[in-house]
Amino acid sequence: MQGQLSRFNIVALVLGFSFLYLPIVLLVIYSFNESRLVTVWGGFSTRWYSSLFSNRLLLDAAWVTARVAFVSATVATVLGTLAALALTRYTRFRGRFLFSGMVFAPLVMPEVITGLSLLLLFVAIGLDRGFLTIVLAHITFSMCFVAVVVQSRLISFDRSLEEAAMDLGATPFRTFIHVTLPVIMPAVVSGWMLAFTLSLDDLVIASFASGPGATTLPMRIYSQVRLGVTPEINAVCTLLIAVVTVGVLAAAIVNKRRDIQRQRDEQVAQRG
Amino acid sequence: MSQASAATRGGNVSAGQKTNGGTILSAILSRLVIIVPYLWLLVLFLAPFAIVFKISMSETTIAMPPYRPVFDWADGLAAFWGNLKQLSLENYLWLVDDPLYFNAYISSVTIAGISTFFALLVGYPMAYAMSRAPSSMRMGLLMLVILPFWTSFLIRVYAWIGILKPEGLLNQFLLWVGIIDTPLQIMNTNTAIYIGIVYSYLPFMVLPLYATLEKLDYSLIEAAQDLGSPPIAAFWKITFPLSLPGVVAGCLLVFIPAVGEFVIPDLLGGSTTLMIGKTLWTEFFGNRDWPVASAVAVILLLILVVPMMFFQRAQARAQEQER
Amino acid sequence: MKSLGSIRRSFAPWNDPQARPYISFQNVTKRFADFTAVNNLSLDIYEREFFALLGASGCGKSTLLRMLAGFETPTSGRILLDGQDLSGIPPYKRPVNMMFQSYALFPHMTVEANIAFGLKQDGMPKAAIAERVAEMLKLARLEQFAKRKPHQLSGGQRQRVALARSVAKRPKVLLLDEPLGALDKKLREATQFELMDLQQDLGLTFVVVTHDQEEAMTMADRIAIMDKGQVMQVATPAEIYEAPASRFVADFVGSVNLLEGKVASRTGNSVVISGGSGAQISVENAGEAAPGAEVAFAIRPEKIRVSSKPPAEGHLNAMQGEVWDLAYLGDMTVYHIKLDDGQVVKASALNSARISDDPLTWSDRAWISFAPDAGVVLTR
Repeated sequence: MQGQLSRFNIVALVLGFSFLYLPIVLLVIYSFNESRLVTVWGGFSTRWYSSLFSNRLLLDAAWVTARVAFVSATVATVLGTLAALALTRYTRFRGRFLFSGMVFAPLVMPEVITGLSLLLLFVAIGLDRGFLTIVLAHITFSMCFVAVVVQSRLISFDRSLEEAAMDLGATPFRTFIHVTLPVIMPAVVSGWMLAFTLSLDDLVIASFASGPGATTLPMRIYSQVRLGVTPEINAVCTLLIAVVTVGVLAAAIVNKRRDIQRQRDEQVAQRG
Repeated sequence: MSQASAATRGGNVSAGQKTNGGTILSAILSRLVIIVPYLWLLVLFLAPFAIVFKISMSETTIAMPPYRPVFDWADGLAAFWGNLKQLSLENYLWLVDDPLYFNAYISSVTIAGISTFFALLVGYPMAYAMSRAPSSMRMGLLMLVILPFWTSFLIRVYAWIGILKPEGLLNQFLLWVGIIDTPLQIMNTNTAIYIGIVYSYLPFMVLPLYATLEKLDYSLIEAAQDLGSPPIAAFWKITFPLSLPGVVAGCLLVFIPAVGEFVIPDLLGGSTTLMIGKTLWTEFFGNRDWPVASAVAVILLLILVVPMMFFQRAQARAQEQER
Repeated sequence: MKSLGSIRRSFAPWNDPQARPYISFQNVTKRFADFTAVNNLSLDIYEREFFALLGASGCGKSTLLRMLAGFETPTSGRILLDGQDLSGIPPYKRPVNMMFQSYALFPHMTVEANIAFGLKQDGMPKAAIAERVAEMLKLARLEQFAKRKPHQLSGGQRQRVALARSVAKRPKVLLLDEPLGALDKKLREATQFELMDLQQDLGLTFVVVTHDQEEAMTMADRIAIMDKGQVMQVATPAEIYEAPASRFVADFVGSVNLLEGKVASRTGNSVVISGGSGAQISVENAGEAAPGAEVAFAIRPEKIRVSSKPPAEGHLNAMQGEVWDLAYLGDMTVYHIKLDDGQVVKASALNSARISDDPLTWSDRAWISFAPDAGVVLTR
């Protein structure tokens, strides 16, 4: 379309992205600060990173978080994909309106409400709070995000692929396994990644759902942040940002490469 | 059965047993696709609300759990009706009586509204500029908007503490430039909350806006200009009205969660700032008053039900259009 | 080997009262929530026939095909295949295969795997699958592309993969949904003949859905013209063109002049039609039309002669008018002649000589004339 950006547009982009990224960049920079005073630059140092690795509490919390995120993301991906299939493939079934409401509501539901209600459920049914309850809570809200991601892929899915498979003799189940699932796989994978990071980042819901002995990393960070800004927390945060950024960028690069390869293939195919 | 007769008719219809089993399996599985996530959400999303509602009408006790009457699944329906008689609206009356709660609701909605407005003000030009960027740049820009969304909410809010506090980087910078000579008190004020909300929820504003603006046919604007409309007028008469679905979606995506926000007012706001998410948290974890916390949640939910249904309808309509 | 022409010459099971239809739609109706796609339709298709469903989009032809494949269930009526009722049989158990308009090639599988897909579902032994796939690749001239994925193929190659995949299982019937729609014009013409050869070689029954008249006329043994969920006429291409059953069919296929009038008199099989302004048209072999009936006289433009001079004395159908408009198309010229009674008639003349000694041009007076058997009388 239009090749050149107007001056107004450039200003909007520069200001907008500075606003988005400056705080994070500053946080990362000050994690390498020698000084204990976070806002006074005292020279470059990695001492806060090395002190992290002797902080048992943080390491334990990180381990809990990683396990919670892995388990809940995996279950949420299965449930979310099923929910997306139900919403796109079955245009009418009893209670569909309620179902789609329950899938979309958690996207905007204030976390305090979700957290409180889940906690009260766990108490009501007498489930001891800990690892399991955090996982259950995270599955519940992140499956909805997975459902939305997978659903948007399913909407653009060419149904004639499935019809072709059935026409060639595949039962609906085999069709799903051999045709539908491989085609929507990229969306399922990004749904998993989203669920993983949502679980990794969550503070509020985990605080309600957790019990003694199961403290996640965001909970640990939060309790230290309340005491003030320290370079050590900057370092933890930097590591978390790095993990997520590397993951997301790697996925994006893999996708981009695949697209480029695909375009090249298509050009070659057109020529002969 | 017609399936059996089909199988005997040769051709490329494969022999009976295996495919027949496959059909039944498929039928069961296709039911499970709906039933499993449905049940999960009923039990872990809807049922908890019913419990919240019920407990919001219970009395506070000093015990574990700290409320009465307690649910007992074994007691059955009779006990349920018995329980129902013990329910009271006392906690709600308490909320109405105490101006603290009323003010907290009002100020939550106000703060969320103001923040949503500023998010739109910052987000619209960004989304507009992105949609006008050369298509080779667009994917990269989109990635840049999405990336912060993937990083932890808590970390992004935390990052602002170091910037906003009196001896923080913003004040250091302003003092150094010479615009001010005494540090500004931004931390622990509503301004800090506005900044925090706009910052945290900006991607939610930009993404739906970008989605509608990107689909907008640029030749419409060219046509408007061709028919004698100057660029600014063309924007207000063509671009903006056509982008309204994105504006609505973006505003709802920011406003709804912002009303119930806890982390931002807790970390950036002052002790005088009342927001309902924080009040709920305090009632629950600080005062251990579960029934009142539940009543607070029920009313918050009632406030948000209308915008949420609005959001869901907009979502459903957008989906219909894509089909 | 017999030539394709000689096979098709003698192939006409629909005229044989002993022949049993292979596919039979019996009073089939398909209603969707807000409209009726197929309305009480009955249709017979014979074994080894190349049958075309021709109609504008939304006429129900695709729905008909999808009901045969099993993707849609008739609201009422039955579909029989080789004497067997298909109702209740899911698509994956029907001995018919379909070639999709979008080709629907599985994007994550190679050409080979795409072709083998249907065979695997049948539990065919590996060696047999490999053999059949190799045979199909050869048939579709795709040997060197076996390991490629669909996105690495050109449009024509994809079309051949789709075709090879759908015939790999040797279905009793092959359904083709706009099989050539995505190809450019040149490739389309070449592929039409390939499809016809393939149908003969494999001895299959083809049912093809198309909106392209030329395609249907070229390939099909018989064509069903569809409109609003109903079959308007089923006949060979020549019959459809030369003896349309109704105004709709006459107008839908090719170009036609429809002159409305009343049957003035009838002698034997010949009638005289008088138009609104008193012009008389004599028609032989006029069918059933009774005197007094409101009819249309349908005549194709190429069957009307245009001349600047009046036709020979005693010519039955001759009218005078002026050249209202003309279009020179190279191989022929199309004239729009405005008759003296106000009607505009299209007539086309083959440009058999490079330079005409009697060129007609705009506003010239002109005569049109045609033989008594050049057109048909339509009562519907």
